[in-house]
Amino acid sequence: MSDFTRSEFAPAPRVSAVPPPRFETALVPRNSISGRALVAVVAIMTFLASLTTGGVILVSQAASEWQSDVAREVTVQIIPTSGRDLDADVARAASVVKNFPGIADVRPYTKEESAKLLEPWLGTGLTLDELPVPRLIVVKIARGAAPDLPQLSAMLKAQVPGAVLDDHRGFIDRMRAMSSTAIAVGIAILALMVAATVLSVTFATRGAMATNKTVIEVLHFVGAKNRFIAENFQRHFLLLGLEGGAIGGGAAVLLFALAAGLSHFFGRTAGGEQATALFGSFSIGIGGYAAVVVQVLLIAGVTAFTSRQTVNRTLETID
Amino acid sequence: MVRFENVGLRYGMGPEVLRDLTFRIEPHSFQFLTGPSGAGKTSLLRLLFLSLKPTRGLITQFGHDVATLSKDAVATLRRRIGIVFQDFRLLDHMSTYENVALPLRVMGRPEESYRDEVIELLNWVGLGERIWALPPVLSGGEKQRAAIARAVIARPQLLLADEPTGNVDPSLGQRLLRLFIELNKSGTSVVIATHDIALMDQYDARRLVLHDGRLHIYD
Repeated sequence: MSDFTRSEFAPAPRVSAVPPPRFETALVPRNSISGRALVAVVAIMTFLASLTTGGVILVSQAASEWQSDVAREVTVQIIPTSGRDLDADVARAASVVKNFPGIADVRPYTKEESAKLLEPWLGTGLTLDELPVPRLIVVKIARGAAPDLPQLSAMLKAQVPGAVLDDHRGFIDRMRAMSSTAIAVGIAILALMVAATVLSVTFATRGAMATNKTVIEVLHFVGAKNRFIAENFQRHFLLLGLEGGAIGGGAAVLLFALAAGLSHFFGRTAGGEQATALFGSFSIGIGGYAAVVVQVLLIAGVTAFTSRQTVNRTLETID
Repeated sequence: MVRFENVGLRYGMGPEVLRDLTFRIEPHSFQFLTGPSGAGKTSLLRLLFLSLKPTRGLITQFGHDVATLSKDAVATLRRRIGIVFQDFRLLDHMSTYENVALPLRVMGRPEESYRDEVIELLNWVGLGERIWALPPVLSGGEKQRAAIARAVIARPQLLLADEPTGNVDPSLGQRLLRLFIELNKSGTSVVIATHDIALMDQYDARRLVLHDGRLHIYD
């Protein structure tokens, strides 16, 4: 560069000896207002999409737990008939059930327990002897076993005339239909949420890109090849997408972890038990957390892809 | 170096803004491109800078027919041309040093390999004290010199300048002209688009005069 050694603009070198502060700033400005707005949009949409995903996973898990709990329990009802000893019938029915293969536990309800069950409707101080109230036997089915319930029902009817076996089939069917509907609605909402996220991120990326048109033009004019420009923008927007996704996804993960912790902490209270019965443990599990991570990556990928498409379109217009 | 033969240019379905241009730009030459406002100076510069393609005629640059060049080939060819825009087009988020070094950076050269070169050039154009300043705090003249430094840092064979003295006072305009003359003496062909007659009168050089889309050459 000896040609540039003397100039009337600069008679002597005036460079400071202090190490220069900025040598290779990113070609795309990092902290622009539009860039920060894009991070905020990505963070909010990722948070909402992650909440939706977690909600669907919770409903799905709770429904599956309800079904398996109910399906592992059947009830034998002993209806009082005149001329028969109800306590003897209960004991006989319990004995029949206990000896049937695939049964884990049999628990006949005592008179007092039956009275307690009716207390909300009939009040305290009830004497069951005065009323023809059926008695219940709760039967737990062994885990993994599939006892022949029609055969058990027939045996009970043969040995105890007033015994009726209720396997809750109708209730399970209704619950299955309800939970399937809840999951289908959740998945539909999730699909809409993901579509809304992709669209918002796409438009926010285009908005952020519009402010960088000058950068694209200048790079183009100084001889940068299209691939070089596109790669720089793609990398920049991928990082913005990852930053927004990590903030939104991280907040959602923290919220789920907090909900799981609180559910565990308050699990022993009456309200906590109700909530656990309804929503399960509030834990979305490893699969749920993995789904959030996949969403973060997907949204960052959409951001990077959109920026590349916009750069390519801009390069077409300035060629 | 550059050859135009019967070149015509129109935008869309509009009238021809440039008609039957036939001329050459030789290596190491110096020329002013002038004409009234709207005569097509900027359009001709854009043809020279390969950011427009002619609607008819033949343009060859550095031995290549520009009509047949791929986008990557255009980018490669552009590295042999420096351009100074009337509105400077500096990147506001990068320091003067980084703006000037940009052409070398996009070529893929490591920063350490060109640091001294860039600082030396910045000193030469009188921006030694403003190396780390961002463009928004530079004066018009400083921006102009930074834009010129960016245009010449990669030692282009052809330098195009669009109204380079349009935003500066006459005294700085004269100094910038002497800068272009020095660059020309170091081997760069220079085309300065201007309608500043006083500037052109200061240096005896070839004049390309555009009028009504036609070119008149005064050697």
